[in-house]
Amino acid sequence: MSATSHADIQKHVRTYVMVFLALGVLTGITVAVSYLHLTIVPAVLLALFIASIKGTLVAAYFMHLIGERKLIYWVLVICAVFFVTLLALPVLTSGR
Amino acid sequence: MSAEIRHIVEPHPVTGLTNNKLGIWLFLASEVMLFGALFSAYIMMRTGDLNWHSHGLNIPLATFNTAVLITSSVTMVMAWASVMMDSLPKFRMYMGVTILLGCTFLVVKYFEYTAKFSHHIYPATSTFYALYFTMTGLHVLHVIGGLVVNAYFWGPGASLWRKDKMHFAGRIECAGLYWHFVDLVWIFLFPVLYLLP
Repeated sequence: MSATSHADIQKHVRTYVMVFLALGVLTGITVAVSYLHLTIVPAVLLALFIASIKGTLVAAYFMHLIGERKLIYWVLVICAVFFVTLLALPVLTSGR
Repeated sequence: MSAEIRHIVEPHPVTGLTNNKLGIWLFLASEVMLFGALFSAYIMMRTGDLNWHSHGLNIPLATFNTAVLITSSVTMVMAWASVMMDSLPKFRMYMGVTILLGCTFLVVKYFEYTAKFSHHIYPATSTFYALYFTMTGLHVLHVIGGLVVNAYFWGPGASLWRKDKMHFAGRIECAGLYWHFVDLVWIFLFPVLYLLP
């Protein structure tokens, strides 16, 4: 554990605190938006949009995805393709 | 030939990653599909149910639980940072707080579930509650699993610190990746189950 890595980790710690504050604000916004009584489609799109921003912050900074090796990105891209397909299947195969 | 797992401190020459890090990411990808199956079921049930209702859940309590899990994610990554900065006492403090916050989440879920049961609301009550109990129940099981791992590293597992610090740091990073994933799942579960009309 070198002195250089200590300085790097200190920078990371500052980033973690900023991300934590951002997540707090976004959680507040998520709850506030629910009191707008939007119809279902805008409500779903807005809720998922805010949740995606929060998820991206957690993945990028807490899970160190920023600066991670390409192999991990490929694992996640392939996973995302199958995940989206799984979610779309009930809608695409509806009998109506 | 040794049965020891190789490339857990220095990266594998082909993948460029330690084996445990690649392994945990592959495992998390499989967990995405597990929860994805339930989210897919939610979409199918909700679009197919003309009498869908989602009232009756305690939003302030769930918001508090969201804040608890997000905070535990921060303390988890701070525990890893403490290992990287060579401080066992700080690691123990941050990991201890992470475990306490995880237990707080479980206590709140306990009160939520028992409140529902006391009003005779069970998974069989409606499609919504079937999905609510299944999705949050599976999430609770994942929280418990994470707490067991974190408690091991806070306690007996920390003895690896003295033998091989980088090996221990790698293990804490992998435990952290799992814990952040548990937080990520809740970040999506909370608005979908509690906040959508």
